Amino acid sequence: MLSFLIKRLLGTAPVVLMVMIAVFAFVHLLPGDPARLVAGPEATAQDVAAVRASLGLDKPLPQQFVTYVSNTLQGDFGTSLRTRRPVVEEIGMRLMPTVWLTLFAMLWAVAIGLLIGVVSAVRRGRWQDYGGMILAVSGISFPPFWLGLLLINLFSVRLGWLPTGGYGTWQHFLMPSFTLGLGVAAVMARFTRSAFIEIAREDYVRTARAKGVPERRVIWHHSLRNALIPIITMVGLQFGFLLGGSIVIEAVFAWPGVGRLLVDSVSYRDYPVIQALVLMFSIQFILINLLVDVLYVLANPEIRYQ
Amino acid sequence: MSDISTNPGDIGKTRKPLAEFWRRFLRQKVALVALAFLVLLIAAAILAPWIAPYDPSAPDYMNVLQGPSAAHWAGTDTYGRDIFSRIIWGARISLTVGFLSVSLGALGGVGLGIIAGYYGRWIDSAVMRLCDLLLAFPGILLAIAVIAILGPGITNVIYAVAIFSIPVFARLARGTTLQLKRAVYVDAARAVGVADGTIMLRHILPGTLPNVIVYFSMRIGTSILTAAALSFIGLGAQPPSPEWGAMLADGRTYMGVADHLTLFPGLAIFLTVLGFNLLGDGLRDALDPKLRNG
Repeated sequence: MLSFLIKRLLGTAPVVLMVMIAVFAFVHLLPGDPARLVAGPEATAQDVAAVRASLGLDKPLPQQFVTYVSNTLQGDFGTSLRTRRPVVEEIGMRLMPTVWLTLFAMLWAVAIGLLIGVVSAVRRGRWQDYGGMILAVSGISFPPFWLGLLLINLFSVRLGWLPTGGYGTWQHFLMPSFTLGLGVAAVMARFTRSAFIEIAREDYVRTARAKGVPERRVIWHHSLRNALIPIITMVGLQFGFLLGGSIVIEAVFAWPGVGRLLVDSVSYRDYPVIQALVLMFSIQFILINLLVDVLYVLANPEIRYQ
Repeated sequence: MSDISTNPGDIGKTRKPLAEFWRRFLRQKVALVALAFLVLLIAAAILAPWIAPYDPSAPDYMNVLQGPSAAHWAGTDTYGRDIFSRIIWGARISLTVGFLSVSLGALGGVGLGIIAGYYGRWIDSAVMRLCDLLLAFPGILLAIAVIAILGPGITNVIYAVAIFSIPVFARLARGTTLQLKRAVYVDAARAVGVADGTIMLRHILPGTLPNVIVYFSMRIGTSILTAAALSFIGLGAQPPSPEWGAMLADGRTYMGVADHLTLFPGLAIFLTVLGFNLLGDGLRDALDPKLRNG
C-alpha cells in the first residue's frame, strides 16, 4: 500500500508542475501588458516601468517562473487589483462557504440519487423504473440556474419561507445546496441503477436468493454493499463537478464563496485573483482524483498489483 | 447474407450494420419524439426572420412587462420586446454555439485521438495525459479560464466550450483506432505502401464516426447548457442579445411581478438540452444495445 501511495504521489508531481506552468503562462497569454493592467489606465510610462520592475516582469521568463513557484509555495499570491488586499485573504474569507455548500449538495445528491437508483434497479422495467429514469434524464438536462430562480420565486418571493440569498443560518443553505446537488443526484441515480443491475447478475446474489435470504436483505445487504465501491468512486469524482457547479449557483444565490469571487474577478479582470483561484481549483481536482484512487485501492486490493 | 465480414464479431449478423442501426433506432419512441422536436427547433431557428411575429430587439414602451396574451404568446419584457420572438431568435444563438463548439471539439479531438492511437508510443501517452488533465476539470471552470484570457462574449464562449469536448472525442477516437489498426484491410493498405495520413483519413476515420455521432448529440446538450450558464453569469452573450441564459439573468429582477420573463427562456433551455440528451441516449442504445444497462 505504501509503495502504491508513493508511486501515485510521484505520478501527481508532473501534473501539478504542468498546471503551474499553465497558470504562470496565463498572465503572459493575456492581451496587453500585465504591468499596465496593474498600474491602471491613468499611469504614466514611468509608473508602468516601475510596476514592471517591482513585479519582476522585466526579468527573463525562466527566472520569473522560479520566483512564481517560490512565492506560491510560501503562500504569496500577490495583491488583488480590485481591492488592493492580499489574494490569500480574499480567498481565505470565501473558502469555507463554498466547502460547506458542496458538502451539503453532495448529501442531497447521494440521498436522492441512491434512493432513485436503487428503486429503479429493483423495479426494473416497471413504472417506478421509467419514472426514476425520466427524473434522472430531466435532472441532467435541467439548467441549475433556472431551478435556483424557480425555487427562489416559490419559497422566497411567494411563500416567504426562505431567504432569497446570502449566507448565515441553515435556511440559507437549503435552496443553494439542493439546486447544486440535483444534477449530481441525477448522475448518481443512473449510475447506481446500472451498478445495481450489474451486481444482481452476480453468483453470490443468486446464491443468497436460492438459500432463501429475504429479498429486503438481498437488496440492502448483499447488493448495495457491493455496489458501494463504484458508487464511492463516483461520489469522489462528482465532487470536482460540484465545485465547478458552485460557480454558477453562487451567482444565483449571492453566496459569498470562491465561485462568485472567480466570476467577479473575471469581470473585473483581476488577474492575480484569477490566477490563484485557477491554481487552487486545479490542485483541488488533482487531490480529489488522488483520494478517489487511494480509496478505490483500499476497497479493492486487487488493483494494487496491476 | 451477401455481406462478407472480416470482423469475427460480425459472424451471424445478416443485415448491414446501417440498416440494423436504423431498425433499432426507429423503435426508440422517446428518441424519435426528441428528434422531431429538435428538427422543429432547428427549422424555427433558420426561419426566425420569417416566422418570429415581432422584431426581437424592437422596444415597445406602450406594452411593457405584459403577461402572455394572444398578441404576445410569451408576454413582453421590460422594454416591451416580444419574448416569444426573442426565444426563436435565441434558438439561433444556442444552436449555433452548440453545433460549432462541439464540431470544433470533435474535429480537434478525433484528430488527436486517431494520431495517438495510430502512432502509439510517446505520442499516445502525451495525448492521453493531456486528455486526463482536461477531463479532470469541470468544463465550466476551463471555460471561465479561457474567457478570462479571451474576454467575455458569445464567440469566445464557442472556443471556451469547445475545449472541454476535445478530450471526450480524443478518447473515443483513440479506442476505435486501436481496434481498427489491427484490421485486415488496414494491414493490407500498409503492405501495399499507402501513406499513414491516407490510411488514417480513408480507413480509420470512417470507423470512428458512429461513436462520434452518438457523443456529438450528447455533447451538444451539455455545451448549450454551459454556454447558457456562462451568459447567465455575465461572461457570455451580453444583454441586448436574445440569448436564453442572458434573458434569464435579465428577468430575475421581476420574479413575482412578471414570472414569464424567467419561465419561458428557462423552459427553452431545458427542453432543448433534454432533446439532445434523449436523442443521444436513443442513438447510443441503437448503436450498441449492450450498453443499455452499462
